[in-house]
Amino acid sequence: MISASVLNEWYPVAMASQIRAGKTRETLLLGQPITVTLTGDAVTVQGKSGPLHVCEHYGHVWACPGTPAHDLFPIPEAAQPGRRLVDVGVVRVKCSPLRAVENFLDIAHFPFIHTDVLGAEPHTEVNRYEVAIREESDEVWATKVTFYQPQAAKSAAGGIVQPLTEELCDVWPWMALFDDTTPQAELIAFQQMIFLQDRSILENQIPRLLPLDPGMEIPTQADLTSIAYRRWLKRRGLTYGAQMVAA
Amino acid sequence: MIRLYDYVLSASCYKVRLMAALLGVRLEQVAVDFHPGQEHRSVEFRRLNPAGTLPVLQVGDLVLNESTAMLVYLARSAGPAWLGPDTPEAGGQVQNWLAFSARLGGSLGMARLHDMLLYPGDIDALRHAGHQCLREMEAHLTEQRFAGRIWLVGTAPSIADIACFPAVALSLDGGVTLDDYPSVRLWTRAVRALDRFVEMPGIHRLHELTPTPTAADRAS
Repeated sequence: MISASVLNEWYPVAMASQIRAGKTRETLLLGQPITVTLTGDAVTVQGKSGPLHVCEHYGHVWACPGTPAHDLFPIPEAAQPGRRLVDVGVVRVKCSPLRAVENFLDIAHFPFIHTDVLGAEPHTEVNRYEVAIREESDEVWATKVTFYQPQAAKSAAGGIVQPLTEELCDVWPWMALFDDTTPQAELIAFQQMIFLQDRSILENQIPRLLPLDPGMEIPTQADLTSIAYRRWLKRRGLTYGAQMVAA
Repeated sequence: MIRLYDYVLSASCYKVRLMAALLGVRLEQVAVDFHPGQEHRSVEFRRLNPAGTLPVLQVGDLVLNESTAMLVYLARSAGPAWLGPDTPEAGGQVQNWLAFSARLGGSLGMARLHDMLLYPGDIDALRHAGHQCLREMEAHLTEQRFAGRIWLVGTAPSIADIACFPAVALSLDGGVTLDDYPSVRLWTRAVRALDRFVEMPGIHRLHELTPTPTAADRAS
Protein backbone atom coordinates (compact mmCIF):
# COMPACT_ATOMS: atom_id res chain seq x y z
CA MET A 1 0.00 0.00 0.00
CA ILE A 2 1.56 3.27 -1.12
CA SER A 3 0.73 6.27 1.08
CA ALA A 4 -1.17 9.30 -0.20
CA SER A 5 1.81 11.57 0.48
CA VAL A 6 3.81 9.52 -2.06
CA LEU A 7 0.98 9.28 -4.61
CA ASN A 8 0.27 13.01 -4.49
CA GLU A 9 3.76 14.04 -5.65
CA TRP A 10 5.00 14.73 -9.21
CA TYR A 11 7.40 12.25 -10.86
CA PRO A 12 9.30 12.49 -14.16
CA VAL A 13 8.16 9.80 -16.61
CA ALA A 14 9.66 10.73 -20.01
CA MET A 15 11.67 13.21 -22.04
CA ALA A 16 9.14 15.68 -23.45
CA SER A 17 11.02 15.96 -26.77
CA GLN A 18 10.81 12.21 -27.44
CA ILE A 19 7.08 12.02 -26.73
CA ARG A 20 6.49 15.17 -28.80
CA ALA A 21 8.41 13.48 -31.65
CA GLY A 22 5.77 10.74 -31.64
CA LYS A 23 7.45 8.06 -29.52
CA THR A 24 5.32 6.20 -26.98
CA ARG A 25 6.97 5.20 -23.71
CA GLU A 26 5.73 2.12 -21.87
CA THR A 27 7.19 2.32 -18.39
CA LEU A 28 6.55 1.91 -14.67
CA LEU A 29 5.72 4.48 -12.02
CA LEU A 30 5.77 3.35 -8.38
CA GLY A 31 5.48 -0.26 -9.57
CA GLN A 32 2.44 0.36 -11.82
CA PRO A 33 2.56 0.16 -15.64
CA ILE A 34 1.92 3.48 -17.41
CA THR A 35 1.94 4.63 -21.03
CA VAL A 36 3.24 8.07 -21.95
CA THR A 37 2.08 9.12 -25.40
CA LEU A 38 1.02 12.01 -27.61
CA THR A 39 -2.75 12.28 -28.02
CA GLY A 40 -3.50 14.99 -30.54
CA ASP A 41 -1.50 17.94 -29.25
CA ALA A 42 -1.35 16.86 -25.61
CA VAL A 43 1.01 14.54 -23.79
CA THR A 44 -1.03 12.01 -21.81
CA VAL A 45 -0.08 9.46 -19.20
CA GLN A 46 -2.40 6.47 -18.95
CA GLY A 47 -2.39 4.18 -15.93
CA LYS A 48 -4.28 0.94 -15.35
CA SER A 49 -7.23 2.73 -13.81
CA GLY A 50 -7.28 5.87 -15.91
CA PRO A 51 -5.30 8.96 -16.88
CA LEU A 52 -2.78 10.57 -14.50
CA HIS A 53 -2.25 14.28 -13.89
CA VAL A 54 0.40 15.57 -16.30
CA CYS A 55 2.62 18.62 -16.69
CA GLU A 56 5.70 19.46 -18.78
CA HIS A 57 8.70 21.21 -17.26
CA TYR A 58 12.50 21.26 -17.63
CA GLY A 59 12.33 19.16 -20.80
CA HIS A 60 10.48 16.34 -19.04
CA VAL A 61 6.96 14.98 -18.74
CA TRP A 62 5.86 14.76 -15.10
CA ALA A 63 2.94 12.70 -13.78
CA CYS A 64 1.10 12.51 -10.49
CA PRO A 65 -0.73 9.25 -9.79
CA GLY A 66 -2.83 10.76 -6.97
CA THR A 67 -4.20 14.26 -6.46
CA PRO A 68 -1.39 16.82 -6.81
CA ALA A 69 -0.60 18.25 -3.37
CA HIS A 70 1.09 21.26 -5.01
CA ASP A 71 2.53 22.50 -8.30
CA LEU A 72 5.84 21.08 -9.46
CA PHE A 73 8.79 22.68 -7.64
CA PRO A 74 10.58 25.51 -9.47
CA ILE A 75 14.15 25.18 -10.76
CA PRO A 76 15.05 28.88 -11.14
CA GLU A 77 18.28 28.01 -13.01
CA ALA A 78 16.24 26.43 -15.82
CA ALA A 79 14.62 29.78 -16.59
CA GLN A 80 17.80 31.88 -16.32
CA PRO A 81 18.69 33.57 -19.61
CA GLY A 82 21.88 32.24 -21.18
CA ARG A 83 21.71 28.82 -19.55
CA ARG A 84 22.11 25.94 -21.95
CA LEU A 85 19.89 22.92 -21.22
CA VAL A 86 21.46 19.60 -22.26
CA ASP A 87 19.52 16.36 -22.78
CA VAL A 88 21.92 13.77 -21.40
CA GLY A 89 19.70 10.72 -21.98
CA VAL A 90 18.18 8.12 -19.71
CA VAL A 91 20.22 5.66 -17.62
CA ARG A 92 18.63 2.76 -15.71
CA VAL A 93 19.97 2.02 -12.24
CA LYS A 94 19.18 -0.99 -10.05
CA CYS A 95 18.86 0.92 -6.78
CA SER A 96 16.27 2.61 -4.62
CA PRO A 97 15.20 5.88 -6.27
CA LEU A 98 15.84 7.57 -2.93
CA ARG A 99 19.47 6.41 -3.01
CA ALA A 100 19.79 7.82 -6.54
CA VAL A 101 18.59 11.22 -5.30
CA GLU A 102 20.77 11.09 -2.19
CA ASN A 103 23.80 10.48 -4.39
CA PHE A 104 23.34 13.94 -5.91
CA LEU A 105 23.45 15.46 -2.42
CA ASP A 106 26.62 13.73 -1.27
CA ILE A 107 29.93 15.58 -1.37
CA ALA A 108 32.28 13.19 0.39
CA HIS A 109 32.42 10.64 -2.44
CA PHE A 110 33.88 13.04 -5.04
CA PRO A 111 37.59 12.24 -4.63
CA PHE A 112 36.96 8.48 -4.48
CA ILE A 113 34.34 7.95 -7.20
CA HIS A 114 35.04 10.94 -9.49
CA THR A 115 38.80 10.89 -8.95
CA ASP A 116 40.62 13.76 -10.67
CA VAL A 117 37.31 15.20 -11.96
CA LEU A 118 35.02 16.36 -9.14
CA GLY A 119 37.61 15.61 -6.45
CA ALA A 120 41.10 14.28 -5.99
CA GLU A 121 43.16 12.42 -3.45
CA PRO A 122 44.49 13.39 -0.97
CA HIS A 123 42.01 16.32 -0.79
CA THR A 124 39.30 14.17 0.76
CA GLU A 125 38.30 16.22 3.78
CA VAL A 126 34.79 17.68 3.77
CA ASN A 127 34.98 21.08 5.42
CA ARG A 128 32.16 22.22 7.67
CA TYR A 129 29.14 23.44 5.76
CA GLU A 130 25.54 24.31 6.62
CA VAL A 131 22.37 22.36 6.00
CA ALA A 132 18.82 23.52 6.54
CA ILE A 133 15.32 22.35 5.73
CA ARG A 134 13.71 25.52 4.37
CA GLU A 135 10.16 25.43 5.62
CA GLU A 136 8.76 28.00 3.17
CA SER A 137 9.83 26.05 0.08
CA ASP A 138 9.90 22.63 1.77
CA GLU A 139 13.40 21.93 0.44
CA VAL A 140 16.72 20.62 1.79
CA TRP A 141 19.51 23.15 1.26
CA ALA A 142 23.27 22.76 1.75
CA THR A 143 25.18 26.04 1.78
CA LYS A 144 28.75 27.28 2.32
CA VAL A 145 30.09 24.11 0.73
CA THR A 146 33.72 24.30 -0.34
CA PHE A 147 35.55 21.44 -2.00
CA TYR A 148 38.63 20.96 -4.13
CA GLN A 149 37.41 20.11 -7.66
CA PRO A 150 39.91 19.70 -10.50
CA GLN A 151 37.42 19.87 -13.44
CA ALA A 152 33.99 20.74 -12.13
CA ALA A 153 33.48 23.82 -14.31
CA LYS A 154 31.25 22.04 -16.79
CA SER A 155 29.08 20.32 -14.22
CA ALA A 156 26.36 22.72 -13.05
CA ALA A 157 24.12 19.73 -12.86
CA GLY A 158 22.06 17.14 -11.05
CA GLY A 159 19.66 14.42 -12.03
CA ILE A 160 15.97 13.71 -12.47
CA VAL A 161 14.86 10.35 -11.06
CA GLN A 162 11.83 8.26 -12.07
CA PRO A 163 10.91 5.65 -9.43
CA LEU A 164 10.07 2.50 -11.45
CA THR A 165 9.95 0.25 -8.38
CA GLU A 166 11.37 0.51 -4.87
CA GLU A 167 14.66 -0.95 -6.16
CA LEU A 168 14.81 0.27 -9.76
CA CYS A 169 14.87 3.74 -11.30
CA ASP A 170 15.47 5.62 -14.53
CA VAL A 171 17.74 8.65 -14.15
CA TRP A 172 18.20 11.56 -16.52
CA PRO A 173 21.39 13.39 -15.64
CA TRP A 174 20.46 17.03 -16.18
CA MET A 175 22.45 20.16 -16.93
CA ALA A 176 21.72 23.86 -17.22
CA LEU A 177 24.99 25.66 -17.70
CA PHE A 178 26.67 28.78 -18.95
CA ASP A 179 28.76 27.44 -21.80
CA ASP A 180 28.30 28.41 -25.44
CA THR A 181 31.49 26.88 -26.78
CA THR A 182 31.81 23.24 -25.70
CA PRO A 183 30.31 20.87 -28.32
CA GLN A 184 27.07 19.19 -27.24
CA ALA A 185 28.55 15.66 -27.52
CA GLU A 186 31.37 16.62 -25.13
CA LEU A 187 28.97 18.00 -22.52
CA ILE A 188 26.88 14.83 -22.73
CA ALA A 189 29.98 12.63 -22.48
CA PHE A 190 31.21 14.54 -19.42
CA GLN A 191 27.91 14.26 -17.60
CA GLN A 192 27.43 10.59 -18.53
CA MET A 193 30.96 9.81 -17.36
CA ILE A 194 30.19 11.37 -13.97
CA PHE A 195 26.86 9.65 -13.52
CA LEU A 196 28.03 6.23 -14.69
CA GLN A 197 30.84 6.39 -12.15
CA ASP A 198 28.08 6.70 -9.54
CA ARG A 199 25.93 3.97 -11.05
CA SER A 200 28.24 1.07 -10.27
CA ILE A 201 28.47 2.26 -6.66
CA LEU A 202 24.71 2.82 -6.30
CA GLU A 203 23.99 -0.70 -7.53
CA ASN A 204 26.24 -2.15 -4.85
CA GLN A 205 24.85 -0.28 -1.83
CA ILE A 206 23.19 -2.36 0.88
CA PRO A 207 20.62 -2.48 2.29
CA ARG A 208 18.88 -2.07 -1.08
CA LEU A 209 16.29 0.29 0.42
CA LEU A 210 17.38 3.59 1.96
CA PRO A 211 17.38 3.37 5.78
CA LEU A 212 15.76 6.44 7.30
CA ASP A 213 17.08 5.74 10.79
CA PRO A 214 20.71 5.32 11.81
CA GLY A 215 21.67 1.72 12.50
CA MET A 216 24.43 -0.16 10.68
CA GLU A 217 25.38 3.08 8.97
CA ILE A 218 27.07 5.60 11.23
CA PRO A 219 26.70 9.10 9.81
CA THR A 220 29.54 11.58 10.21
CA GLN A 221 29.92 15.34 9.84
CA ALA A 222 30.40 14.87 6.08
CA ASP A 223 26.93 13.31 5.77
CA LEU A 224 24.97 16.35 7.01
CA THR A 225 22.98 16.72 3.80
CA SER A 226 22.08 13.03 3.65
CA ILE A 227 20.89 13.12 7.23
CA ALA A 228 18.73 16.18 6.58
CA TYR A 229 17.35 14.54 3.42
CA ARG A 230 16.46 11.34 5.27
CA ARG A 231 14.78 13.28 8.10
CA TRP A 232 12.85 15.31 5.56
CA LEU A 233 11.68 12.15 3.76
CA LYS A 234 10.55 10.63 7.06
CA ARG A 235 8.72 13.75 8.14
CA ARG A 236 6.96 14.03 4.78
CA GLY A 237 6.09 10.31 4.71
CA LEU A 238 7.99 9.87 1.42
CA THR A 239 8.90 6.28 2.15
CA TYR A 240 8.68 4.61 -1.27
CA GLY A 241 12.13 2.97 -1.60
CA ALA A 242 12.91 3.49 2.10
CA GLN A 243 13.59 0.97 4.81
CA MET A 244 11.59 1.84 7.90
CA VAL A 245 13.15 -0.67 10.30
CA ALA A 246 16.57 0.37 11.59
CA ALA A 247 19.22 -1.74 9.84
CA MET B 1 47.76 12.83 -35.30
CA ILE B 2 45.69 9.80 -34.39
CA ARG B 3 42.04 10.73 -34.08
CA LEU B 4 39.53 8.59 -32.16
CA TYR B 5 35.81 9.11 -32.63
CA ASP B 6 34.80 8.21 -29.15
CA TYR B 7 31.92 7.55 -26.76
CA VAL B 8 32.76 7.68 -23.07
CA LEU B 9 30.53 4.75 -22.02
CA SER B 10 31.49 2.40 -24.88
CA ALA B 11 33.55 -0.61 -23.85
CA SER B 12 35.00 -0.84 -27.39
CA CYS B 13 36.07 2.82 -27.38
CA TYR B 14 37.65 2.27 -23.98
CA LYS B 15 39.69 -0.64 -25.40
CA VAL B 16 41.39 1.84 -27.70
CA ARG B 17 41.78 4.59 -25.08
CA LEU B 18 43.30 2.07 -22.67
CA MET B 19 45.72 0.64 -25.26
CA ALA B 20 46.85 4.13 -26.27
CA ALA B 21 47.37 5.14 -22.63
CA LEU B 22 49.41 2.02 -21.87
CA LEU B 23 51.56 2.70 -24.92
CA GLY B 24 51.90 6.40 -24.12
CA VAL B 25 50.26 7.33 -27.44
CA ARG B 26 48.28 10.57 -27.53
CA LEU B 27 44.85 10.44 -29.17
CA GLU B 28 42.78 13.32 -30.42
CA GLN B 29 39.40 12.31 -28.99
CA VAL B 30 36.24 13.48 -30.73
CA ALA B 31 33.11 12.90 -28.61
CA VAL B 32 30.17 11.42 -30.53
CA ASP B 33 26.65 11.65 -29.07
CA PHE B 34 25.88 7.90 -29.12
CA HIS B 35 23.22 8.14 -26.39
CA PRO B 36 20.73 9.76 -26.55
CA GLY B 37 21.60 11.48 -29.86
CA GLN B 38 22.36 8.37 -32.00
CA GLU B 39 24.85 10.59 -33.86
CA HIS B 40 26.78 7.51 -35.03
CA ARG B 41 23.76 6.55 -37.17
CA SER B 42 23.60 9.93 -38.89
CA VAL B 43 24.27 10.46 -42.60
CA GLU B 44 27.32 12.65 -41.89
CA PHE B 45 28.89 10.09 -39.60
CA ARG B 46 28.25 7.25 -42.07
CA ARG B 47 30.27 9.20 -44.62
CA LEU B 48 33.24 8.52 -42.35
CA ASN B 49 32.16 5.05 -41.25
CA PRO B 50 29.49 3.39 -43.41
CA ALA B 51 28.94 0.77 -40.70
CA GLY B 52 27.55 3.48 -38.39
CA THR B 53 29.48 2.12 -35.42
CA LEU B 54 31.91 3.41 -32.79
CA PRO B 55 34.82 3.67 -32.29
CA VAL B 56 36.46 4.94 -35.46
CA LEU B 57 40.22 5.50 -35.66
CA GLN B 58 41.48 7.91 -38.31
CA VAL B 59 45.13 8.46 -39.17
CA GLY B 60 45.47 10.44 -42.40
CA ASP B 61 43.77 8.33 -45.08
CA LEU B 62 43.56 5.27 -42.84
CA VAL B 63 40.13 4.70 -41.31
CA LEU B 64 39.50 1.69 -39.05
CA ASN B 65 36.12 0.75 -37.58
CA GLU B 66 36.96 -2.46 -35.70
CA SER B 67 38.40 -1.90 -32.22
CA THR B 68 40.62 -5.01 -32.33
CA ALA B 69 42.15 -3.78 -35.59
CA MET B 70 42.88 -0.47 -33.83
CA LEU B 71 44.73 -2.37 -31.09
CA VAL B 72 46.89 -4.03 -33.75
CA TYR B 73 47.58 -0.66 -35.40
CA LEU B 74 48.56 1.01 -32.11
CA ALA B 75 50.72 -1.90 -30.95
CA ARG B 76 52.53 -2.24 -34.30
CA SER B 77 53.26 1.45 -34.43
CA ALA B 78 54.15 2.13 -30.79
CA GLY B 79 54.82 -1.10 -28.90
CA PRO B 80 55.21 -4.33 -30.91
CA ALA B 81 55.75 -6.35 -27.69
CA TRP B 82 51.99 -5.93 -27.12
CA LEU B 83 51.31 -8.08 -30.21
CA GLY B 84 52.38 -11.14 -28.17
CA PRO B 85 55.28 -13.56 -28.67
CA ASP B 86 56.45 -13.83 -32.30
CA THR B 87 55.55 -17.49 -32.83
CA PRO B 88 52.86 -19.12 -34.99
CA GLU B 89 51.20 -20.52 -31.86
CA ALA B 90 51.06 -17.23 -29.98
CA GLY B 91 50.01 -15.35 -33.11
CA GLY B 92 47.09 -17.75 -33.52
CA GLN B 93 46.16 -17.51 -29.86
CA VAL B 94 46.15 -13.71 -29.90
CA GLN B 95 43.87 -13.68 -32.97
CA ASN B 96 41.63 -16.19 -31.23
CA TRP B 97 41.20 -13.90 -28.22
CA LEU B 98 40.61 -10.86 -30.43
CA ALA B 99 37.74 -12.72 -32.10
CA PHE B 100 36.58 -13.97 -28.70
CA SER B 101 36.29 -10.35 -27.53
CA ALA B 102 33.52 -9.87 -30.11
CA ARG B 103 31.59 -12.69 -28.38
CA LEU B 104 32.06 -10.86 -25.07
CA GLY B 105 30.69 -7.69 -26.63
CA GLY B 106 27.73 -9.55 -28.11
CA SER B 107 26.82 -11.11 -24.75
CA LEU B 108 28.08 -9.20 -21.68
CA GLY B 109 28.23 -5.96 -23.67
CA MET B 110 24.66 -6.24 -24.93
CA ALA B 111 23.39 -7.22 -21.45
CA ARG B 112 25.01 -4.01 -20.19
CA LEU B 113 23.34 -1.86 -22.90
CA HIS B 114 20.02 -3.54 -22.08
CA ASP B 115 20.24 -2.90 -18.34
CA MET B 116 21.84 0.54 -18.51
CA LEU B 117 20.59 2.34 -21.63
CA LEU B 118 17.33 0.36 -22.13
CA TYR B 119 18.43 -1.42 -25.35
CA PRO B 120 16.08 -4.22 -26.49
CA GLY B 121 17.22 -7.82 -26.09
CA ASP B 122 16.56 -11.18 -24.40
CA ILE B 123 18.38 -10.39 -21.18
CA ASP B 124 18.41 -13.96 -19.85
CA ALA B 125 19.89 -15.28 -23.10
CA LEU B 126 22.50 -12.50 -23.18
CA ARG B 127 23.58 -13.17 -19.60
CA HIS B 128 23.67 -16.92 -20.24
CA ALA B 129 25.93 -16.40 -23.26
CA GLY B 130 28.08 -14.09 -21.12
CA HIS B 131 28.50 -16.79 -18.48
CA GLN B 132 29.51 -19.27 -21.23
CA CYS B 133 32.29 -16.89 -22.28
CA LEU B 134 33.40 -16.30 -18.68
CA ARG B 135 33.57 -20.05 -18.03
CA GLU B 136 35.88 -20.45 -21.03
CA MET B 137 38.08 -17.62 -19.80
CA GLU B 138 38.11 -18.93 -16.24
CA ALA B 139 39.25 -22.38 -17.41
CA HIS B 140 42.03 -20.89 -19.53
CA LEU B 141 43.23 -18.39 -16.92
CA THR B 142 43.23 -21.09 -14.23
CA GLU B 143 45.52 -23.20 -16.44
CA GLN B 144 47.72 -20.15 -16.89
CA ARG B 145 47.87 -19.63 -13.12
CA PHE B 146 48.88 -23.28 -12.58
CA ALA B 147 51.73 -22.56 -14.98
CA GLY B 148 52.69 -19.46 -12.99
CA ARG B 149 51.28 -16.97 -15.52
CA ILE B 150 48.51 -14.39 -15.32
CA TRP B 151 47.93 -13.14 -18.91
CA LEU B 152 45.81 -14.65 -21.68
CA VAL B 153 48.78 -15.37 -23.98
CA GLY B 154 52.36 -16.02 -22.92
CA THR B 155 54.07 -14.31 -20.00
CA ALA B 156 53.34 -10.64 -20.70
CA PRO B 157 50.23 -8.53 -21.28
CA SER B 158 49.17 -8.28 -24.93
CA ILE B 159 46.44 -6.82 -27.12
CA ALA B 160 44.50 -10.03 -26.33
CA ASP B 161 44.13 -8.91 -22.70
CA ILE B 162 43.19 -5.36 -23.64
CA ALA B 163 40.59 -6.59 -26.15
CA CYS B 164 38.86 -8.81 -23.59
CA PHE B 165 39.23 -6.68 -20.45
CA PRO B 166 36.53 -3.97 -20.86
CA ALA B 167 33.47 -6.18 -21.38
CA VAL B 168 34.56 -8.48 -18.54
CA ALA B 169 35.34 -5.66 -16.10
CA LEU B 170 31.94 -4.06 -16.87
CA SER B 171 29.94 -7.31 -16.63
CA LEU B 172 28.19 -6.23 -13.42
CA ASP B 173 26.62 -3.32 -15.33
CA GLY B 174 24.64 -5.99 -17.19
CA GLY B 175 23.79 -7.96 -14.07
CA VAL B 176 26.53 -10.61 -14.45
CA THR B 177 28.78 -10.95 -11.39
CA LEU B 178 32.31 -12.33 -11.49
CA ASP B 179 31.80 -14.07 -8.12
CA ASP B 180 32.18 -17.54 -9.68
CA TYR B 181 35.33 -16.67 -11.63
CA PRO B 182 38.28 -16.07 -9.27
CA SER B 183 40.96 -16.40 -11.95
CA VAL B 184 39.14 -13.89 -14.13
CA ARG B 185 38.88 -11.50 -11.18
CA LEU B 186 42.60 -11.79 -10.45
CA TRP B 187 43.34 -11.15 -14.13
CA THR B 188 41.22 -7.96 -14.08
CA ARG B 189 43.29 -6.80 -11.09
CA ALA B 190 46.47 -7.51 -13.04
CA VAL B 191 45.24 -5.34 -15.91
CA ARG B 192 44.22 -2.54 -13.52
CA ALA B 193 47.66 -2.68 -11.92
CA LEU B 194 49.45 -2.00 -15.23
CA ASP B 195 51.60 1.10 -15.35
CA ARG B 196 49.70 4.02 -17.00
CA PHE B 197 46.31 2.23 -16.66
CA VAL B 198 43.32 4.53 -17.21
CA GLU B 199 39.79 3.98 -15.92
CA MET B 200 36.33 4.47 -17.38
CA PRO B 201 32.94 4.82 -15.66
CA GLY B 202 32.23 1.44 -14.03
CA ILE B 203 35.91 0.44 -13.97
CA HIS B 204 37.71 1.88 -11.01
CA ARG B 205 41.42 2.23 -10.43
CA LEU B 206 43.08 0.25 -7.66
CA HIS B 207 42.92 2.87 -4.94
CA GLU B 208 44.36 0.47 -2.40
CA LEU B 209 47.53 0.06 -4.42
CA THR B 210 48.32 3.76 -4.51
CA PRO B 211 50.55 4.98 -1.68
CA THR B 212 48.86 6.13 1.50
CA PRO B 213 48.90 9.94 1.61
CA THR B 214 51.57 11.28 3.93
CA ALA B 215 51.43 14.27 6.25
CA ALA B 216 53.45 16.20 3.67
CA ASP B 217 50.81 15.49 0.96
CA ARG B 218 48.08 16.75 3.25
CA ALA B 219 49.91 19.98 3.93
CA SER B 220 50.31 20.73 0.22
